[in-house]
Amino acid sequence: MDGIRVRLHIARSDFLLDVDFELPGRGVSALFGPSGSGKTTCLRAIAGLEHADDAYVAIGDDIWQDRAAGIFVPVHRRALGYVFQEASLFPHLSVRANLDFGRKRVPAGERRFEPDPVARLLGIEGLLERKPDRLSGGERQRVAIARALLASPRLLLMDEPLAALDLRRKQEILPYLERMHDELSIPIIYVSHAPDEVARLADHLVLLDAGKVVASGPLAETLARADLPPSFADDAGVVLDTVLDGHEADVDALSRLRFDGGVLYVGRRKEAIGSHLRCRIHARDVSLALQKPNGTSIVNLLPATVTAVAATDTPGHVLVQLRMGPAPLLARITARSRRELDIAPGRQVWVQIKGVALLG
Amino acid sequence: MDSSDLAAVWLTLKLATTVTLLLLALGTPIAWWLARTRSRVKNVVAAVVALPLVLPPTVLGFYLLIALGPYGVFGQATQALGLGLLPFTFAGLVIASTLYSMPFVVQPLQNAFEAIGERPWEAAATLRASPWDTFWTVAVPLARPGFLTAAILGFAHTVGEFGVVLMIGGNIPDRTRVVSVQIYDHVEAMEYAQAHWLSGAMLLFSFIVLLALYTFNPSAMNLKGRR
Repeated sequence: MDGIRVRLHIARSDFLLDVDFELPGRGVSALFGPSGSGKTTCLRAIAGLEHADDAYVAIGDDIWQDRAAGIFVPVHRRALGYVFQEASLFPHLSVRANLDFGRKRVPAGERRFEPDPVARLLGIEGLLERKPDRLSGGERQRVAIARALLASPRLLLMDEPLAALDLRRKQEILPYLERMHDELSIPIIYVSHAPDEVARLADHLVLLDAGKVVASGPLAETLARADLPPSFADDAGVVLDTVLDGHEADVDALSRLRFDGGVLYVGRRKEAIGSHLRCRIHARDVSLALQKPNGTSIVNLLPATVTAVAATDTPGHVLVQLRMGPAPLLARITARSRRELDIAPGRQVWVQIKGVALLG
Repeated sequence: MDSSDLAAVWLTLKLATTVTLLLLALGTPIAWWLARTRSRVKNVVAAVVALPLVLPPTVLGFYLLIALGPYGVFGQATQALGLGLLPFTFAGLVIASTLYSMPFVVQPLQNAFEAIGERPWEAAATLRASPWDTFWTVAVPLARPGFLTAAILGFAHTVGEFGVVLMIGGNIPDRTRVVSVQIYDHVEAMEYAQAHWLSGAMLLFSFIVLLALYTFNPSAMNLKGRR
C-alpha cells in the first residue's frame, strides 16, 4: 500500500488534462511527452499548485486530494519536495539559509535528512555561505534539489530540472541524480521531454500526449511497445539493464555486457566487473537478417523472434518488435525489407545491432 | 525662528511620523491584495486609492469635513463613541493625511509585491511555509526596497501637504498648524523673513529626501512627476 495514485481532470479553455495512473512507491517515475502534453500541469496538480476540477491524489494511505470526499490538503501541509525548472532559490537568503528553509519547518521527529550528508550527496558543501546570485546554473539547481530533500518529502517532484541548463551542466548534475536514485528511498516523479534523461534515470514510465496517458508501465517494457503514437515512435528504442561480465583480449579493447537475452560487446569499460550498466539501443541502429550474417563488421549479432510489426511516421518504414529471450528490442526497417524478408510475428531472425549507447 | 515656528515643525514631524506608520499598516494589505487578486473589483479599488493623485485637496477635504462633521456618518459614529468631532483636531488631520497620501505608499508596495511574482510563493509553499509565514519570511524581505520607497514618499508627502490640512485641520496653534500653514500665515502677515527660513528648510528637506530616495533605490525614479 505504498503506491502513488493520481487521477486528475483539468479543463482549460484551450487544454484538457484527463489522466488516471498509478506509480510504484519507490524509484524514479518519468512523466514523458512532447511539450504541451500536460506533464508540468500534471506535476503541479499533484503538488496542489494547480487547480483541478476533479482530482484524487494519494501517497500510500496519505490522501492529499479527493474531490469526492472534499479533501484538499494545502500545499504547505503536503510532505513533498518540488524542484522547479529554474532553481527558484530565495535570493535574499544564503545557500545555508535556503537549505534550512524547509528543514526548520518540519518537526524534528519527522526529519529524514541532515544538511551535511545531503550537501555532500549533491556536492555543495563549499557553497553554503554564498548568496544564490553567486552560483552557477548547475550549482543553483543542486542547491534547489538539496533544499527540497531537506524538507523530508514522502514524494519528490522534479519538473524538467535540467531543461534550463546547457549540456555541460546537465552532465554535471546527472550523476548526482543517479546517486539520489541509488541512495535514497524517496519515490521521485520526474518530468522530462528528453529521451536520454528518461532512459538513464527512470524505472517507470508514463507517456503523456495531448493531456492523456498513452502508456504507463516499467521503463523497459513501455519503451519496447510498438503500438505507441508516431510522435514517440520516431525516437523509438529500448533500454537494457546489463551486468559488466568481463573483458575480451587486450588487442580488441572490448567489454562483455551480459543481459537476460545474451551478451553485447561494447568498447572497454572502466567499471568494476559485476557493475550494473544501463544501455539504450535505438530502433534505427538495429537491422534484421534471415541467416546469421557472415562477413559483417557488426559485432553484436543475436538471434531473436519477431513479436509485432507496426507502422511509423517515417514514410516507407515500419517498426518491428522482437524478443531476444525475454529481453525486448525494437528495429526500424523499410517496408520493402519487411515484405522481401517476410517479417511477421513468430519469425526467427538475426538482429544486427550497430550502436549501443551506455547511459551514465 | 520663534517658538510658534518650532511648534509647527514639531507638529509636522509628529503628524508625518504617525501618518507614515498608519499608511504602512493600512497600505500593505491593500497593496498586497491589489498585487495578488484576480478580482473584478481590483481596478475599482485601485482607482479609489489613486484618487488623491488627481483630486484637488480641497475636494477631498470638503467631503471629509462633511463625513466627519456633526451630520456626517462618521461624525455621528465618533460622537456616539464619545470621541467628539474630529475636524479641526490632530486626529482629524491624521485621518485626512492618511487618505491623501495613500497612493504614495500603496503604489510602490504594489509594484514591489508584483515584481516578486508567483514563484517564490510556490517554492515556499512546497517547503512547508504557510501563506502568513511566507509573507513575513519571503515577501517582506524581497519587497524591502518597496517599503523604503513607500515610507519615504508617505512621510515626505505628508510633510508637504497644505490644502487638505487647511480644509480639515484649520489653523490652530499646537494642534493643527503645521509648517506649510505657518508659512502661509507668515506670508499673509508680510513676515517674509520667517517665511524664508521655513520655506528654505522645507526646500532643503524635500531635496534631501528625494536625493536619498533616488540614491538608495533608483527604481523609485518612475514615480517622479506623478503628482
